[in-house]
Amino acid sequence: MNKTDALIIGAGPTGLFTAHQLKLIGLDCEIVDNLDKIGGQCIELYPDKPIYDIPAVPECTGEELTNNLINQIKPFNIKTHLSERVDEVKKEGDNWFVKTNHGKIFLTPNVIIAGGVGSFEPRKFPVKECEKFENKSIYYSVKDKTVFEGKTVSIFGGGDSALDWAVELSKKSHVNLIHRREDFRGAQATVDKVHELAKSGKINLYTKYQLTNVVGENNLESIEIKHDSKEIKTIKTDFVLGFFGLIMQLGPIAEWGLNIDKKTVAVDTEKFETNQKGIYAVGDICSYPGKLKLILSGFHEGALAARACFKLARPNEKYRFEFTTSSKTIKDRLGVKSD
Amino acid sequence: MAKINYVTHDNQIYSVDVQNGLTVMEGAVQNDVPGIDADCGGGMACATCHVYISDDWFDKLPSKDDGEEDMLDMAFEPKKNSRLSCQITISDELDGLIVNIPSKQS
Repeated sequence: MNKTDALIIGAGPTGLFTAHQLKLIGLDCEIVDNLDKIGGQCIELYPDKPIYDIPAVPECTGEELTNNLINQIKPFNIKTHLSERVDEVKKEGDNWFVKTNHGKIFLTPNVIIAGGVGSFEPRKFPVKECEKFENKSIYYSVKDKTVFEGKTVSIFGGGDSALDWAVELSKKSHVNLIHRREDFRGAQATVDKVHELAKSGKINLYTKYQLTNVVGENNLESIEIKHDSKEIKTIKTDFVLGFFGLIMQLGPIAEWGLNIDKKTVAVDTEKFETNQKGIYAVGDICSYPGKLKLILSGFHEGALAARACFKLARPNEKYRFEFTTSSKTIKDRLGVKSD
Repeated sequence: MAKINYVTHDNQIYSVDVQNGLTVMEGAVQNDVPGIDADCGGGMACATCHVYISDDWFDKLPSKDDGEEDMLDMAFEPKKNSRLSCQITISDELDGLIVNIPSKQS
């Protein structure tokens, strides 16, 4: 059981800066994120894309912004729980009881949802029958590559994940690589390698094909793929891997008794509190009149939510506003020398 | 201003006047047309505003930017006439455009 003054759900820019604000005013906090890395959409969707509207930063990429925010909270040693999705939030006395999909439990008076558009989950095949074989012979990520040794693996996708695994698995498995068009969007060196392996017969390449059916009783036996020209091919295969990137899904947040409309959570603009006392929403996931989905708005919202947390975390103390330029207490927290 | 006809997968038609300068995605979201999620808000980063364009309109649209085709790889059931609706900007020339919305975005 982890006890903390505030639990932040989401390690994107808004979650990170909210953590900074909480620690600055002397509160503890911990961060949970479903991704295996810090940065949220900035890292997952556009690490290399330049952003031009962060105040006082003329230009930076999603990755640079994330790294700067990580540096900014470094002095605070904040505990971050990655690859954990918060599944359950329920009231327990004056606290919120929070449980993740892997069974981590938190007890806290304040929960700050900085969840963007929800948690990232793998995109799946549109073919309904695939569900039957999911995690048995159809996978959307590779946890143990040894299960594929000596088997036939059909890989779908045209990005780095699909290409990297096609190259890697072709060493010890029969690999089919299937993609909806002729161009691949992976790194050029990997694309070249794939074509080379296809030429030498190590990879069977099927372009302009998409999955239309999967066949098998208990075990997957074959798949049907359809060409742009409508021609259908049946391929015997033991495993199917799909790499179509990640999709954001609101997920369990919908079940916590919050006011949700169009995948966003209604909040007030004083504390950024939801209809549940002690649960706040900041960043892209919150909505209020005039809401702008900008990173800078998330920073503002997080700063105010952090102050609101103080009241519930320290009911017997009064929060006093201080500037980082002049407060000795704040400088001590940051570990910098006072003048 | 252009009248955009959004056709859902179950053949409901939403005909909406959309102002020039907005995108086909924004026209749908602002007018509560169901089936276009637009999770990333128009950043060409999520492929959840995926639509199919009818044949007679497909070639009349401004062509795809680099990156749009890459994102379409990740869309739900992409076809030859797939586009991301956040990348189509409304102008008078698009008056009468018909876009078909897939059954799902993810």
